[in-house]
Amino acid sequence: MTEQPTQAAGMTIVPAGAEPAPRGPAAAPAPKMKTESLSVYYSAFRAVAEVTLPMQDRKITAIIGPSGCGKSTLLRSLNRMNDLVSGSHIEGKVTLDGEDLYAPGVDVVDVRRRIGMVFQRPNPFPKTIYENVAFGPRLYGRISKSEMDDIVERSLRRAALWDEVKDKLKQSGMALSGGQQQRLCIARAVAVEPEVVLMDEPCSALDPVATIKIEELMQELKKEYTIVIVTHNMQQAARVSDFTAMMMMRPDRAGEMIEFSETQTIFTKPKDKRTEDYVSGRFG
Amino acid sequence: MTTMMAQSPRERMRARRIQVSQARENTRRIVNAVMLGLTGVATLLALIPLVWILIEVFARGSQAMTLDFLTQTFKPTSMGGGGIWHAIVGTVILIGLASLMAVPIGILAAFYVVQHPNTAIGLMVRFGTDVLSGLPSIVVGLFVYTLLVAGRSYSAISGAVALAIMMTPIVLRTTEEMLKLVPRSMREASLGLGASEWKTSFSIMLPAAITGVITGLMLAIARVSGETAPLLFTAQGSNVFSTALDRPIASLPLTLFKYAVDPDVTRNAQAWAIAMIIVLTVLILNISARLIANRRSK
Amino acid sequence: MASISTGKGLRTARPISARVTLNQRIGRALQHGDIPYKGIIVLAALSVIGLMVGVGVMLWIASSVTRNSDGLGFITATEWNPVSDLFGAMPFIAGTISTSILALVIAIPLGLGVAIFLAELCPPRIRAPLGFLVELLAAIPSVVYGAWGIFVFIPTVVKPVGEFLLNTFGDKSHGIFIPLFEGPFFGASYLAAGLILAVMIVPTITAISRDVLLAVPKAQREGAYGLGSTQWETIWQVVLPYALSGILGAVILGLGRALGETMAVTMVIGNVAQLSTSILSPGYTMASVIANEWGESRTPAYSSALIEIGLMLFFMSLLLNLLARLLVWSVSRRNPDQRV
Repeated sequence: MTEQPTQAAGMTIVPAGAEPAPRGPAAAPAPKMKTESLSVYYSAFRAVAEVTLPMQDRKITAIIGPSGCGKSTLLRSLNRMNDLVSGSHIEGKVTLDGEDLYAPGVDVVDVRRRIGMVFQRPNPFPKTIYENVAFGPRLYGRISKSEMDDIVERSLRRAALWDEVKDKLKQSGMALSGGQQQRLCIARAVAVEPEVVLMDEPCSALDPVATIKIEELMQELKKEYTIVIVTHNMQQAARVSDFTAMMMMRPDRAGEMIEFSETQTIFTKPKDKRTEDYVSGRFG
Repeated sequence: MTTMMAQSPRERMRARRIQVSQARENTRRIVNAVMLGLTGVATLLALIPLVWILIEVFARGSQAMTLDFLTQTFKPTSMGGGGIWHAIVGTVILIGLASLMAVPIGILAAFYVVQHPNTAIGLMVRFGTDVLSGLPSIVVGLFVYTLLVAGRSYSAISGAVALAIMMTPIVLRTTEEMLKLVPRSMREASLGLGASEWKTSFSIMLPAAITGVITGLMLAIARVSGETAPLLFTAQGSNVFSTALDRPIASLPLTLFKYAVDPDVTRNAQAWAIAMIIVLTVLILNISARLIANRRSK
Repeated sequence: MASISTGKGLRTARPISARVTLNQRIGRALQHGDIPYKGIIVLAALSVIGLMVGVGVMLWIASSVTRNSDGLGFITATEWNPVSDLFGAMPFIAGTISTSILALVIAIPLGLGVAIFLAELCPPRIRAPLGFLVELLAAIPSVVYGAWGIFVFIPTVVKPVGEFLLNTFGDKSHGIFIPLFEGPFFGASYLAAGLILAVMIVPTITAISRDVLLAVPKAQREGAYGLGSTQWETIWQVVLPYALSGILGAVILGLGRALGETMAVTMVIGNVAQLSTSILSPGYTMASVIANEWGESRTPAYSSALIEIGLMLFFMSLLLNLLARLLVWSVSRRNPDQRV
């Protein structure tokens, strides 16, 4: 909880002109992304039940809760990654800038370009570091070599990886350490200039040093992106996030959101008894 | 919302971001749809020969298929052409003998491979299994010729050996796969109770893996029941009824080959009837092996 | 206690058996049948290895006549005239290579397309039955393919296609002339053999490629989808490159099958020992010349020549098998999901 100042510092770095709206939940600006009583089903099984979650622009929203409570499922429904699972469908709404992402006629491919994702295990392609980053931009058009060099450098810098790899861009991305691989995946995700970056337990496969690096990186990234992170690590949520959603599994095994608030509130004066038990480490 | 973010660093960055052109996006969607569609077309295209062959074989084969055809032996076409009883018996003898050789060797070698997977011999056996199953059948025929026929006579037994060589790797591999699924603890419990290796292997492990052995044998028989090339230089084929193991013997695929390239249309029609018998056998064996394996995995 | 000491699976038995003399142990093992057991399964295992080695050795010995008289010239000589004792294998090597290439050109895109459909597109429920149907193509015996080729496939497909190629590109007097499609054309030809071989090796390429594609980690696909790739872009740019060496293995195994395929080819290729630049002309392959001329080989040199061709086939399939196994193995080893 003592890390809270870090978060506050992160906020103040945002240029004044970019954030005219006053702080506090009551006067919060319209959220960048929002789910409205979203339920996610795998065939007949309801994995997530009626979650309404706003995600503010240039803030980090953390989703926490015990394992199996539907955190990842919720996150994956935000960029329609669940579409890949046959039999999955949703009820309710997911909006980005007020636009319904599941409306008929919306292109999944476009949704995923605007909402990038970083996965639990680093999953670089077995290509060179350069090619990993260039992969996304190349999908969207012919880009000249110098322009692509630019994009690759900028993305790797934003992922705080440039200094470590600038001399070995032609080496395989698989040859990097786990933490570097994860930052490469972040660089790959930001190279397509998404508006939102989803992170599914991005540090769970990493050692503490690499974890700290990624967390610092997230503070940098939130200046430009809306970030949603799923984590089972409460300290991490407390350290990095601005808002926190607490999820629990209901008796019918569907995950529901039991509390959502500013991170500080969740960790200092939670309203729900279960949240209090969870964040104080009494179970989960 | 958008207006107030006009000067944000992100918007400035966005200004020089990659332009997403609608034309290119459309091209991507079209390429996607076309290529995915083509894989479906490929699947249909690949299945056409299967359906086509089955239709032809059954339509043409049923025409010459009579009881006489199945129960009589060879006669010249001037006398009606006769039947293929001699070839049916020959094939049964060849496959029966081959199974008697391939099954024990395949099972015993599978025991070896499962119990000693990483020894030099174990690895060599695996590689040998791969090589044998990939060996052109005509090469197997030549090998058995040089081993058993050269200097002697074409014989049923040499034909059976050639088929056994082709069956062994199949029996070995399916048995091995099943034996690997038998829990280690089961073997150790048996040995720990004082049972001998023989008893453990044959009364504990083999029964647990029996479906593997059976499906393996069925697939192996399916594989060789249409084999022609390895029999050309071994069993050689014959027009007379024979059960002698040291003499040439008839077989269905050899007869099919001979009749198919015969200029006489009666023989051609008979060739289709033989093809129907072989294809039916192969289909039944493959499908039942599949069903047994599926039931086992459930 | 005696019986426990033969139970090698039990750790506690070790110290006890260590105190037993060697003679006692041998006697006990014999009584329980353990030494014959070991001996017999080793023998079975060795017989598999022996067969593999034996094939090479026997064919090597049996081909000594031409190996000694012609040496490597046997491979490069283009004249095959058994009546005057001229044995050159080049027409057959060329026939095997050209029919195999033709088969691969057709079977690779087709087989890969089916594999992609099975692994990536079709609902999991029908994946197995559909895959089984494709694999049934491999179960149909070669000789049945041959009969179908002679009576059905050549007249209805090969003839029209061949005649079209012949009339369009095969006439020196008009239009574009491509020697690949020069006449005369009778039906039985490299083209017919190549097309039938293509049908026969599609299941091999499909089955292995499908397994390799299914082994590509889900995380790789998600990585690509997460960046906004379409399904085809994901398959073409991420899944296929990841599986490339395994697919190459599948293609090599398919090639191995095409090289050694005998009966179907023998029945549709026309069986003429000549070198030709046209895929419409009749020819021979290594396997089909052995099958077709064995019955006529009366002299030791003739038999030896045919066996030497068989020896070459053996080495080719040995080499291809080794290569394919290495490739397929390298993919399955790389799959990080298998560690979980």
